[in-house]
Amino acid sequence: MLSRVAVLSSVAFAVSGALASEPFPSTYQVPAGSPVLIQGATLLTGTGERIDGADILIADGRIQSIGKALVAPAGARIVDAKAKWVTPGLIDIHSHLGVYASPAVKGLDDGNEATGPVTSNVWAEHSVWPQDPGFETALEGGVTTMQILPGSANLIGGRSVVVKNVQGATYQAMKFPGAAYGLKMACGENPKRVYGEKHQAPSTRMGNVAGYRQAFADAQDYQQQWDKYTRELAEFNKKKAERADGAAKKTKDKDAAADKELTPPSPPKRDLKLETLAEVMKGNIRVHMHCYRSDEMATMLDVADEFGFKIVAFHHAVEAYKIADRLADKGVCAAMWADWWGFKMEAYDGVQENLAMVDFPEHSCAIVHSDSGDGIQRLNQEAAKAMAHGRRVGLSVPPERAIRWLTANPAKSLGLEDRIGTLEAGKAADVVIWNGNPFSVYALAEQVFIDGALKFDRAHPPLTPRSDFLLGRHIAEAPL
Amino acid sequence: MKSAYFLLLMAVMAGRCATAQEFIIRGATVHTASAKGTLKNTDVVVRGGMIVAIGSDAGASGAMIIDAKGKELTPGLFGGLTDIGLEEIAAESQTVDSTLNFKSPEWDQQWRPELDVTLAYNPRSVVVPITRIEGVTWTVLAPSAEDSIIGGQGSAVALDGRYDAALTGSRSLFVQMGSAGARVAGGTRAAEYMLLEQAIREARAPGTIGQGALLHTAGKEAMSRYLMGGRVVFRVDRAADILSVVRFAERNGMKPVILGGDEAWLVARELAKSNVPVILNPLNDLPIDFDRLGATLENATRLQRAGVRIAFSSGDTPQARLVRQLAGNAVAHGLPWESALAAITSTPADIFGLGATHGRIAVGQSADLVLWSGDPLEVTTLADQVWIAGRPVEMKSRQTELRDRYVEKVKAHQAR
Repeated sequence: MLSRVAVLSSVAFAVSGALASEPFPSTYQVPAGSPVLIQGATLLTGTGERIDGADILIADGRIQSIGKALVAPAGARIVDAKAKWVTPGLIDIHSHLGVYASPAVKGLDDGNEATGPVTSNVWAEHSVWPQDPGFETALEGGVTTMQILPGSANLIGGRSVVVKNVQGATYQAMKFPGAAYGLKMACGENPKRVYGEKHQAPSTRMGNVAGYRQAFADAQDYQQQWDKYTRELAEFNKKKAERADGAAKKTKDKDAAADKELTPPSPPKRDLKLETLAEVMKGNIRVHMHCYRSDEMATMLDVADEFGFKIVAFHHAVEAYKIADRLADKGVCAAMWADWWGFKMEAYDGVQENLAMVDFPEHSCAIVHSDSGDGIQRLNQEAAKAMAHGRRVGLSVPPERAIRWLTANPAKSLGLEDRIGTLEAGKAADVVIWNGNPFSVYALAEQVFIDGALKFDRAHPPLTPRSDFLLGRHIAEAPL
Repeated sequence: MKSAYFLLLMAVMAGRCATAQEFIIRGATVHTASAKGTLKNTDVVVRGGMIVAIGSDAGASGAMIIDAKGKELTPGLFGGLTDIGLEEIAAESQTVDSTLNFKSPEWDQQWRPELDVTLAYNPRSVVVPITRIEGVTWTVLAPSAEDSIIGGQGSAVALDGRYDAALTGSRSLFVQMGSAGARVAGGTRAAEYMLLEQAIREARAPGTIGQGALLHTAGKEAMSRYLMGGRVVFRVDRAADILSVVRFAERNGMKPVILGGDEAWLVARELAKSNVPVILNPLNDLPIDFDRLGATLENATRLQRAGVRIAFSSGDTPQARLVRQLAGNAVAHGLPWESALAAITSTPADIFGLGATHGRIAVGQSADLVLWSGDPLEVTTLADQVWIAGRPVEMKSRQTELRDRYVEKVKAHQAR
């Protein structure tokens, strides 16, 4: 019963604090540290604003204030950021770091549970290897928060996990406290190829859609069983209370006999696959869907309507530009690369103006994502390329807006917009100081703060690598 | 949405032999990728598809003038080692011609150095215009094989759509070494040398092919040519393997080129001494396998400082256009700007034997030129106009047509 309670409201409990029954709780804690005052920078706040010559004060893990000529509190470290640019920490909502780690050996190949097309019972966090060297290189690119997803072999691949880009011997030490889970789903070629080659369903796109619908239909049935059980249990408890009440009033003997016949209902067996999908339909788990083609995105919006859930973002949305208006109207984010195309048929219609076009309509939510241990190091350059191509066709995107593709918009898709993604008083102090305009090939992140703690300082690089895996390398590289 | 340059050029050239036409690109900042470096406010004169003069107020009166003030001019860029024109969509095998695969059992090695993948090149591939409007005017076709470490031969090709696209003198042999090669060489990288040794002996032996031989008659002939100073491109990353390959190649009369070289910086001094060039991806910094534990963003800079000739290649076919981004990032991590430009222009041209005609802005070179809106290595800069052999490239592709079909619809929607 306790576990059921936890499942019903895991998100609410996660937000309100650790509950004994919440499985795999985060152990991350905001580190203590002295205040930091960053002075004289060009700020891209992530709210759409650019403020030149501004100061930003960080203390107790949060942004305390933003303005001109702020006064440094006692003990504050002062960072002269004249000619520097400051942005919120970058957020990548499509990472496989830790689940497809470097080195890409069989022993670390943990991203796809490709043994069945619906594996909503698996959780990416149980595959995350915290020693993946890619976490550190992503940090050097200014990435402070990542959503780590299962791969796309399956129609429904499993739960994602949101992590802070901090060092830890366990993933729980990186897990973003209170962040909702995501559910990874996949359209198109990958599921139908993986299972088609095994001569099982799905082997076609129509097979894909049948697969999603049946899975959610099963979850509806499962939820009804639990609802029925919950009703019966309530009735039982009510009756039991009445009898107890009656017994207290010393009722007749025949009533006491009937009391023996009152048996509690038995709960349905927990099904971890359907439990996750039921939580999706209740809005507690957020759907992130790998989907390249515009027609398939439209199909999935209809499937979501049929079963009453919401898709928060389409990932790898190479054709999002064809339905930019519909996505904006529906309030669905599109996570995109700047220019990946052509490596498979469903990526054939890629254009370099995709981000700028998707960003254009009112209420749009364009996101730059990486899906790559290389790309995640240069999300700012991805945005820069898209800005240049947008400008050429009259879709000019200034830096103060483009930064939202890497910060505020991905935060929104994760449901974390009240906590990260912008430089505003009260938000987590995830902050990047760049050596210049970040939308340049020459831009480098100089200092990266997570919850106010300096996690990377280019002027003082760590003497040893963050990953245990890389220890000893420098010794091996230097001949005697 | 034709570019202004293109319309102007086509109007002037209409009805004439374009390659005979003289035109002057006037007043650009000219990055020559040669010892002359960068020349400000300079004219480049093109006639008959060649660069015929560089200077101020150069060129004949009456020649068409292209005002390039405030713009920057570079040689056409090298797209790296790719499958452009050999591969439309990597995941659709019917569109891929870059990889030889007899599906033979491992004990029946199929060594076919006689394969010339250039014969499969399709200049009508949509990848060609998509790549060249980004300033990439040539690439090197690099074959591979599933059953052998010998991938076959490839050449540089010009990306102007001509059928006979191979650039003379650039033909090279491609060999897969390291752990990827070991997969098809009996499970150990030591066998790569054993098998190469066997093939070399067969090529040198006067007799005919026999049972258990690796090479067919044509293969022996092809192999022999590479044992007399031929250019052999070895894909290899681990420092120890790089040294072994260089020694092996030199011992057998081959001219080695290192492709990959993620750990090349560890043996930079030896590479410089042997004058062996490295074609690398300067963005590789993850230890994605045990051949590349030493991968670092400073690879290019350290090699350049040691005096090693470097060129850049991502090896990515649809994204070959991103070579500038590779170069720009190398600069951000310490490589001098001029060296980074050379790594995507003159140095690869020299490596593939094309330095006299390609890769520089110099008199006598093919007029493969790109006019940029700003710093050519900057990701926010785009190509305004590309010329290949003096002919203006129409700055359109399947992707720009897709964009144009949908962009107005997007603009018509309620703007933010």
